[in-house]
Amino acid sequence: MVISHLIKKQTYFDSVTLMLIGSQVKKLPGIDSTVVGMCTDYNIESLKRLDMYQSSFDGLTPNDLIICIKAADKQTADAGIAEVEKRLASRKQTSGSAELPPSSQEEAASRLPEANMVVISVPGEYAAREAEQALNNGRHVMLFSDNVSIEEELRLKTLGASKELLVMGPDCGTAIINGTPLAFANAVRSGDIGVVAASGTGLQEVTSTIHRLGCGITQAIGVGGRDLSEKIGGKMTLLATRALAEDPATKVIVMLSKPPAESVLKTLYAELKNIDKKIVIYFIGADPKAIEAQGFIAASNLEDAAIKACDLSTGKKHNSETREEQIIEAASGSKMTGKHLRGLYSGGTLCDEAQRLLQPVIGEISSNTPVKGCKEMPDVYKSSGHCIIDLGDDNFTRGKAHPMIDPAYRSERMLQEIADPETGLIIFDVVLGYGSHLDMAGEMVAAVEEGRKKSGRNPLLAACICGTREDPQNYAQQQKILEDAGIKVFPTNVAMVSFARHCLERNK
Amino acid sequence: MLIDIQQANANAIAAIQASQPVLKGIGTALEVVPGMKKNLILHAGPPITWERMSGPLRGAVMGALIYEGLANTPEEAEKLAATDKIEYSPWHEHDGVGPMAGVGTASMPVWILEEQKGGRKTFCTLNEGLGKVLRYGAYSEEVITRLKWMETVLAPVLKAAIPLAPEINLKNMIAQALQMGDEVHNRNKAATSLLIRELAPAIVKTSFPETDKARVLEFMHSNDHFFLNLSMPAAKMMLQAAEWIEGSTIVTTMCRNGTDFGIRIAGLKERWFTGQAQIVKGLLFPGFSEEDCNPDIGDSAITETCGLGGFSMAAAPAIVKFVGGTVNDAMNFTRKMYEITDGESQAFQIPNMEFRGSPLGINLLKVCEKNVLPQINTGIAHKKAGVGQVGAGLVNPPLKCFEDALEAYVEKYCKDE
Amino acid sequence: MLKDFFGKKVKVINLGIASFAEDLRKQGVETVHTDWRPPAGGNKKIQALLDKVASWQSKVKSAKGAR
Repeated sequence: MVISHLIKKQTYFDSVTLMLIGSQVKKLPGIDSTVVGMCTDYNIESLKRLDMYQSSFDGLTPNDLIICIKAADKQTADAGIAEVEKRLASRKQTSGSAELPPSSQEEAASRLPEANMVVISVPGEYAAREAEQALNNGRHVMLFSDNVSIEEELRLKTLGASKELLVMGPDCGTAIINGTPLAFANAVRSGDIGVVAASGTGLQEVTSTIHRLGCGITQAIGVGGRDLSEKIGGKMTLLATRALAEDPATKVIVMLSKPPAESVLKTLYAELKNIDKKIVIYFIGADPKAIEAQGFIAASNLEDAAIKACDLSTGKKHNSETREEQIIEAASGSKMTGKHLRGLYSGGTLCDEAQRLLQPVIGEISSNTPVKGCKEMPDVYKSSGHCIIDLGDDNFTRGKAHPMIDPAYRSERMLQEIADPETGLIIFDVVLGYGSHLDMAGEMVAAVEEGRKKSGRNPLLAACICGTREDPQNYAQQQKILEDAGIKVFPTNVAMVSFARHCLERNK
Repeated sequence: MLIDIQQANANAIAAIQASQPVLKGIGTALEVVPGMKKNLILHAGPPITWERMSGPLRGAVMGALIYEGLANTPEEAEKLAATDKIEYSPWHEHDGVGPMAGVGTASMPVWILEEQKGGRKTFCTLNEGLGKVLRYGAYSEEVITRLKWMETVLAPVLKAAIPLAPEINLKNMIAQALQMGDEVHNRNKAATSLLIRELAPAIVKTSFPETDKARVLEFMHSNDHFFLNLSMPAAKMMLQAAEWIEGSTIVTTMCRNGTDFGIRIAGLKERWFTGQAQIVKGLLFPGFSEEDCNPDIGDSAITETCGLGGFSMAAAPAIVKFVGGTVNDAMNFTRKMYEITDGESQAFQIPNMEFRGSPLGINLLKVCEKNVLPQINTGIAHKKAGVGQVGAGLVNPPLKCFEDALEAYVEKYCKDE
Repeated sequence: MLKDFFGKKVKVINLGIASFAEDLRKQGVETVHTDWRPPAGGNKKIQALLDKVASWQSKVKSAKGAR
């Protein structure tokens, strides 16, 4: 093995660009390992772990870029470096005009003074400062960055609330504002349903389903997972809900979240009771009866939340896209090749929903992000028993792009699960929309076919597509690619999980 | 304090743009340079003491003491230089500039530049030529002899010629030179030619011996950098127009003494912010290596401070042969400097950038925010006194100067924010 | 009021992941992508000083009615 490297001092690229390029170049023949990244502690450690570190790297800082490639021979390693450079260079060019692009928020603002939204996905330690600058300049904030402290979040949301400006996040991956999908979001028609959510894929699933059922949205406002905690007190949830209440275009309001903190719940209910519009609430894992007792409509899962919202919007009853009989029929024709279920999810909320729906039925389920009643996986890299895994969780995404963008690890894991004789059924989500991979179905099927070939095993496979026919990916084509590979496809996570439940019950 | 920095900087740049440095004449340092004294040695860069001086500056000091008759031998000069009988002061604090060691003393002839509308004046010694010269720290008899010739023949001829020539507006001459492949720091060939062209008829008209006039013309002609000693005080004249505008973050001085790099900021009156002078990276003449190089030295970075030199590298592609790189590199260096300047020069236009004005008005805040340092392209002196130039290349100021200046700025204007 | 923002055209400044800006442009949303890098080369002390200046200037501009 030969190691080649190239250092570019004081050269900055966003981490996603670097990780994607590293991941793509790693696939080239003869290349064993790649590290393409800023010289953060994490990447330096990765270099050491992969035996690629050299003493000449001492003194490099997180402002320096390193391209390091381990390959079969020097020619291949050097070619790998050249390939990375080529991709980096073409990245820079796509930012458009002959003029140098702005290098700061301030410069960007002078180029587009009418900007009213700042989308922030810079490293967490710098994110709050940028958000504050945006708010001080009267602009709404979409705060995709994570690793923002709760104290910073409180400060930002207090500032935002005082100016009636949105602070969507931190760690907010999805929003659709005034018809514009931001970050990871689906193309959803406009209508009269307003959604406020403390969850990314939850928001994607609900809005996509609303669209597919023929209805539409006014706003899909992400508030970040901690908004309804005691410390933050629901500041953005309250701001967003009040605005939707006063918005003439919004007729129905949907609220999605983990159960809020007790103190916040009281304030929230008091606020919601004053609203003269229909409200559907889905507090994930909460007892729907407790919500109904307060006088609100409670949903029991994400699909149900969408259906109830559409019912209220049109005054007519909507049915689930998949009838129970269809699911039972599909299950009766399917045989599990092993005892256990493996769930490979890119969406965290969908992973949670699967666990919650299956736990009462199949007993012991483990996960890297277990919900109440499920167990913690002893080794997240090795499944045993029924396992439902959130591959977008931190322990899988260090140094790697999120599985919705980069399918590399999920593909690897797919091979692993297929080869495992314990595996009888594998379920997974394919999340479409802006920001997501353009051909996730193709990538998953390639992994499935490789897995089948290498192991000679063929477990049952089912997928759900979270998306709409207006999304940049071709929904129909994605569906066909999966079905042609013998994978059962469902329009919602709930339907797919129901299929899994029936298969597991038949298999007992 | 209710000061709008954007406005203060705009005012500073407008003042710089409005300045018209004109060649007025030649004088003797003791008579025309403010604060000059018989025992005062003016030098390039920020303030420095004898103990801290590098080789070329020490050699130049010694040579100057011998030239002034204050010492008879190099050994005597060296001893004298270390005593408090000799005082040292930066040229910049006396309305002047000096290239390389930049040593100026009482008897030396100096160019006198004046603001066209009258008032301010700036000064610089005359360029001795290449090789073993005072500004590279040489102090041999040959050096002293040449200095004497400049004092007794070169200066008087030019002094008499200048009033006989049409008014020489140096800003215009520099603007023309920029469109002929010069950047008037490391490349002065075209500008020197233009100067000789303006002065030649006048020199001929003076009533000095023919041989003297011929020698003067030959002397200027033999030195491609003769004009440098005019481009520098011209740039100083322009930048001085912004000193000391309250609240402005425009950099009005960048200079080096061979040990320290010093900057000054318009809104921080007369204060120096220093850091270590860096090693210039570029191409060395055959036989020399990096160990031979002296750290960055000279007041010539005043050209970059004014949008010339390294900032106008795109106008002087020939430079890249000296500093190593491609023509595209030269363009990119200029392009990068727009990130840290607030304005663009009206007078100094760059032909192969569609005559765009060169980047003018280095903004301290931008340097710090973007972590982009001004780009200087300069000659490299041998670290031993008197060996001469060993190459040319690229160098930056140390970031510390700008960080210290920012700290001082905040302390003065907005520490309670 | 936040509700007054509903219905307006969203115009975006994007800091960070380039593909977010590319997706917005594809949809015809006016977007400026920023070649963002850590301010002051990552130096927190300098960043804090620059923030003081920015904060001061913000006040000066409001006082002068520049907005």
